[in-house]
Amino acid sequence: MNFSAPPPLNPWTTHSVEVVDVVPEILGVATYQLRFTDPLVRAAYSCVPGQFNMLYLPGVGEAAVSVSGHDVAGDAWLHTVRTAGGVTQTLAGLGIGGNLALRGPFGTSWPVERFPGSDIVFVAGGIGLAPLRPAVEWALDHGDRLGRITLLYGARSPGTVLFASQFDAWRDRGLCIDVTVDRSDPGWLGRVGVVTLLVDRLRPLAPENTILLTCGPEVMMRYVARAALDRGLSAEQIWVSLERNMQCAVGFCGHCQLGPAFICKDGPVFPYDRMAPYLNTEDL
Amino acid sequence: MTSGSPGLDQPLFLPRERLGALISELQSRGYIVVGPVIRQAAIVYDELYTVDDLPRGWTDLQEAGTYRLERRADEQYFGYVVGPHSWKQFLFPPVATVATAVATEAGWNVTAADGRDAPQFAFFGMRACELAAVAVQDRVFIQKDYADPIYKARRDKAFFVAVNCTQAAPTCFCASMNTGPRCTVGFDLALTEIDDGFVVEIGGERGRNVIVALGLAAATNDALRDAEAARRRAADGQTRSMPTEGLRDLLVGNPNHPRWTEVAERCLSCTNCTQVCPTCFCSSVREVTDLDVRQVERRREWDSCFNFDFSYMNGGVVRNSVRSRYRQWLTHKLATWHDQFGESGCVGCGRCITWCPVEIDLTAEVAAIRGDVS
Ligand SMILES: Cc1cc2nc3c(=O)[nH]c(=O)nc-3n(C[C@H](O)[C@H](O)[C@H](O)COP(=O)(O)OP(=O)(O)OC[C@H]3O[C@@H](n4cnc5c(N)ncnc54)[C@H](O)[C@@H]3O)c2cc1C
Ligand code: SF4
Ligand code: SF4
Repeated sequence: MNFSAPPPLNPWTTHSVEVVDVVPEILGVATYQLRFTDPLVRAAYSCVPGQFNMLYLPGVGEAAVSVSGHDVAGDAWLHTVRTAGGVTQTLAGLGIGGNLALRGPFGTSWPVERFPGSDIVFVAGGIGLAPLRPAVEWALDHGDRLGRITLLYGARSPGTVLFASQFDAWRDRGLCIDVTVDRSDPGWLGRVGVVTLLVDRLRPLAPENTILLTCGPEVMMRYVARAALDRGLSAEQIWVSLERNMQCAVGFCGHCQLGPAFICKDGPVFPYDRMAPYLNTEDL
Repeated sequence: MTSGSPGLDQPLFLPRERLGALISELQSRGYIVVGPVIRQAAIVYDELYTVDDLPRGWTDLQEAGTYRLERRADEQYFGYVVGPHSWKQFLFPPVATVATAVATEAGWNVTAADGRDAPQFAFFGMRACELAAVAVQDRVFIQKDYADPIYKARRDKAFFVAVNCTQAAPTCFCASMNTGPRCTVGFDLALTEIDDGFVVEIGGERGRNVIVALGLAAATNDALRDAEAARRRAADGQTRSMPTEGLRDLLVGNPNHPRWTEVAERCLSCTNCTQVCPTCFCSSVREVTDLDVRQVERRREWDSCFNFDFSYMNGGVVRNSVRSRYRQWLTHKLATWHDQFGESGCVGCGRCITWCPVEIDLTAEVAAIRGDVS
């Protein structure tokens, strides 16, 4: 008998949060530092890399947004958001001191802590670096437990490289970073081409001892997975973070299904071998 | 199917003229009694005030795309099968408020629904497939980590009076889904209608407390035998069936079968099948505000995977075609539901067959994908 199993939670319960800082990143993307209004919630809340929150702007709606970092000193959770539609536009208009509601955390995590001794390759496309950032930070913090840590990053253009100002500090902490852009401009001295080329060229690579975590547009992740398979990784060593319409975040609303999975609760982070057949079926 | 009683106690006999006393007993205990009534030429579920609200002497004639009421030769209260409604609409209301937000000086004050104001229903006349459908939705809405407060509060309070089917519609296939026609679990009381009354089985403590108040005698052996024969008519009368063997792998393994294209040419993507299905659970949440956006309601409404914008994401729609939407519905219902909840999402009630305006029959679609018909 289990006396300690807690009763199921109410998924609709939100907590009030305040925007304590807004950091403009690239055009149309900003990082919002959100702090819980209630000190008790502030103390109790925690999440793991890869999880997301539902940000609620009353009168407008909700949007799923991954946690992109934790400001320990300021006790704030970072959310890096691209202005897309109603919710994200309203969020962008709130400014510092603005108030909204949040429920979460939801979903599965990047499995960084499950592979001690492994080389880790992060492959991000566009704003997909945001949900990966807490996993990158975790890996760098625990570098002694891991092998080589690499970030392969693809952006549309030199001006849309997310978190670029952080790259030097990451390199100093031992991260190998390789960046490519789809379209170069006159000042750009780096690589040009799709991010899968970086996977093709990755040296050294010990396929049997590597895990690859990728986040970005779905087509990009499919090509990245294919490139990684070509380099000798198995599908179980590849992890993807998926995105679908979500109305509830706990598997009640039905919107986020892809094959047998509810992206919200079985994901968003999945081992690729589990989702590959469904990702490769049109309009599923 | 066993012939013995699945209930705890010896079955009792409820004389026909005392059926109203059971309704009154439930009402006196604070239940809102909901049961079959005739509205707009169909038997639907709505509040019952007296026994006279029941569709006594009526039956339903069903076929793919067809539903019609007809007088019976006798005066049976429950001589029909199932209509367009299911109990889903009471446990998982078509429109419900999941949270409210009020603007205050200190910011938004958001309150989540807690189910405290949930009505206390007694469902009067649940079929075996409908008991099974509630069990299916229980697994959707009451999970280990999260429970929907609206569903759970209504579910916890609800009293279930089941009524065994004594006839089958041509659209029924519960026997092949292993959900009926006999009510075996999940009820508080289960009735079987015979000529002069009802044999009553007791499903548990709560049911016993209600029925003892009526001071009924034990059912005679003759009554038990008549009840058994009546139930057997429902089992023997089933003509449709769903071949469930290997069904999950068949559908998951055939996302590109030409039949999906073929059925998409007939399907109107009208959502009827998902609205009448007692297990479909998809919903969307909408913001409903007052004029100056200071009082906001988060309103959850039934949605359907057949709606074009259901899979809307990032300015686009994932399931663009009727083909992909019908495939999603059928594959989820009959196949991936097993991965998600360890059972089929279909209980074999036949509603989606009856209420499809173009007579699409999921058992025929499965047979076609299986290759049983050309
Ligand atoms: C797990 C997960 C993590 C995510 N993480 C991030 C992140 O870290 N950063 C980030 O920027 N984004 C992230 N997203 C994406 C983000 O949730 C979407 O971009 C979101 O739609 C933005 O909301 P919006 O109101 O600004 O935009 P909209 O696209 O306008 O969506 C608003 C809402 O209204 C609905 N809607 C709008 N228009 C229509 C229509 N025509 N038909 C039907 N419904 C419509 C949508 O379903 C949505 O719920 C994530 C998504 C998921 C699923
Ligand atoms: S899929 Fe059709 S037959 Fe099966 S439970 Fe739903 S409505 Fe009934
Ligand atoms: S299968 Fe029939 S009921 Fe269902 S959406 Fe298509 S036309 Fe409508």
